[in-house]
Amino acid sequence: MLMNSHSITTLTYDVERICRDFPILTIQPYGKKLAYLDNAATTQKPQCVLDAMMHYYTHEHSNVHRGVYYLSERASSAYERARDVVAAFIGARRREEIIFTRGTTESINLVAASWGGTHLREGDEIVLTVFEHHSNIVPWQRVSQRTGARLRVIPLEPDGSFSLERALETITERTRIVAITHVSNVLGLIVPVAPIIERAHQVGAVVVLDGAQAVAHVEVNVSNLDCDFYAFSSHKVYGPTGIGVLYGKAELLDRMPPYQGGGDMIRRVTFEQTTYNDLPYKFEAGTPPIAEAIGLARALEYVTTIGRSVIASWEDELISLCITKLSNIEGVRILGPHHGRAAVVSFSVDGVHPHDIATYLDRQGIAIRAGHHCAQPLMDFYGLSATSRISVAMYSTEEEIERAIAALVECIELFRVS
Amino acid sequence: MMVRSDDLRQLYQEMILDHHRSPRNYGILEPHTHSAEGYNPLCGDQLHLFLRITTDGIIDDVRFTGQGCAISRASASLMTEALKGKSVKEAHQLFERFHRAVTSDPTEIQNLYTLGKLDVLLGVREFPSRVKCATLAWHTLEQALTGGGTTTTE
Repeated sequence: MLMNSHSITTLTYDVERICRDFPILTIQPYGKKLAYLDNAATTQKPQCVLDAMMHYYTHEHSNVHRGVYYLSERASSAYERARDVVAAFIGARRREEIIFTRGTTESINLVAASWGGTHLREGDEIVLTVFEHHSNIVPWQRVSQRTGARLRVIPLEPDGSFSLERALETITERTRIVAITHVSNVLGLIVPVAPIIERAHQVGAVVVLDGAQAVAHVEVNVSNLDCDFYAFSSHKVYGPTGIGVLYGKAELLDRMPPYQGGGDMIRRVTFEQTTYNDLPYKFEAGTPPIAEAIGLARALEYVTTIGRSVIASWEDELISLCITKLSNIEGVRILGPHHGRAAVVSFSVDGVHPHDIATYLDRQGIAIRAGHHCAQPLMDFYGLSATSRISVAMYSTEEEIERAIAALVECIELFRVS
Repeated sequence: MMVRSDDLRQLYQEMILDHHRSPRNYGILEPHTHSAEGYNPLCGDQLHLFLRITTDGIIDDVRFTGQGCAISRASASLMTEALKGKSVKEAHQLFERFHRAVTSDPTEIQNLYTLGKLDVLLGVREFPSRVKCATLAWHTLEQALTGGGTTTTE
């Protein structure tokens, strides 16, 4: 099967051409060829995204939704067009359901503060998984401290597998919010969210999906998923930093209080009272990240042109190769499933610390991640303080995986306590 | 042994690898007069340091436990060797000198005073993200010596 997919993708997938679209890939750290394998942290940007942002600043920049002059109209229409592109990319039914934020973290904080702050009561439960990123733990912890709601955690099985049955059991009549990741940033696990959403809705809970790791790697359609909120960051899907998205069902967003106060989110202000603006502006206080929205839209169009499923099967192939190679190295333990994962492999090596591995590979131009990946509860589950992580993107190559594995083998030889 | 770059060779000198593979003074020290826990939130590394200091202020024995990378383990191991028999005052001075040395710009000519065996750790200056690994044990020492709420007097 692997052979099959290999022959198909090599015919249709021109990775070298894609690499040429990403100018940063030509830089040479320490005179070595760059192998950027930390794409779960952030992805690199194609030239078209940089051009779109530069074009905006050189031809269209002004503030949005304010002026009646040429530039302001250009800027406003480019910014609002970006919203349409995002809505189409994730399958939102209405453009007002797309709120631009600073990133996944702010999107989740918005839901926790605005929805959580007004709907949670003492005794209510917020359901998370043990492998959430800190940004999908801490906001819920904070709102639970304010409201008296409790966190309930869906664990992993002792062998590290995810049990859907256990997830469904954790969602009860007391559950008000289910806040889970769509794809784990450590395990690469693609969470079977559909039955979880169904169960949550049966008990009257809302579902917030952390899509930070998902949007660049799996097909996302929020309408089909029927999730209530979906959060992601631009910079993990080839767009600029500083902007992210919160999708929310309009009927929920309409009933939620604003998250921040300021310009653009109001209709009329007096010292006695303020009338808030309509969606989505009610949640976009202040001058928004205009150039970033335009860059994000261009990135999503670029991904769509290449094809999300085409990119995903290329990445699957690279990850399969990586898992096969890692499995052959003595003392290497791979975290998470061998199948049903997206673009990420985390592993630990007996007797060799992830930081030493990352430093060793770095000096050969290979960038991988070492650390707790902002998922310390998951590290505690595995009894590890840190792991190494290889994560791929559309421009990653087999040669980069081969180089990383070869360097890892050398490194283990150097450090291993015999 | 194949180590590809000069910087790496400088960072992971044989003495460091040796202290990483067989750390000296590794284990819990009982009884001890001072102890502290060091934690590096960046990587999750933890280190527990124990000291036995005599009534006239001499470090009689010192040990450590914990998880860490080769740099932090070797640094802790070398530190425990360097501290034995030193006065508390000398230990503070050594901390100051070590800290200054590893956080200094490697291109500047200094090191008028050698740190002795600890010089092998100066390779971290070329690896800014790894300086904290080398200083974790030393910060833990300062914490143990200055109280820091975790000092025990058993």
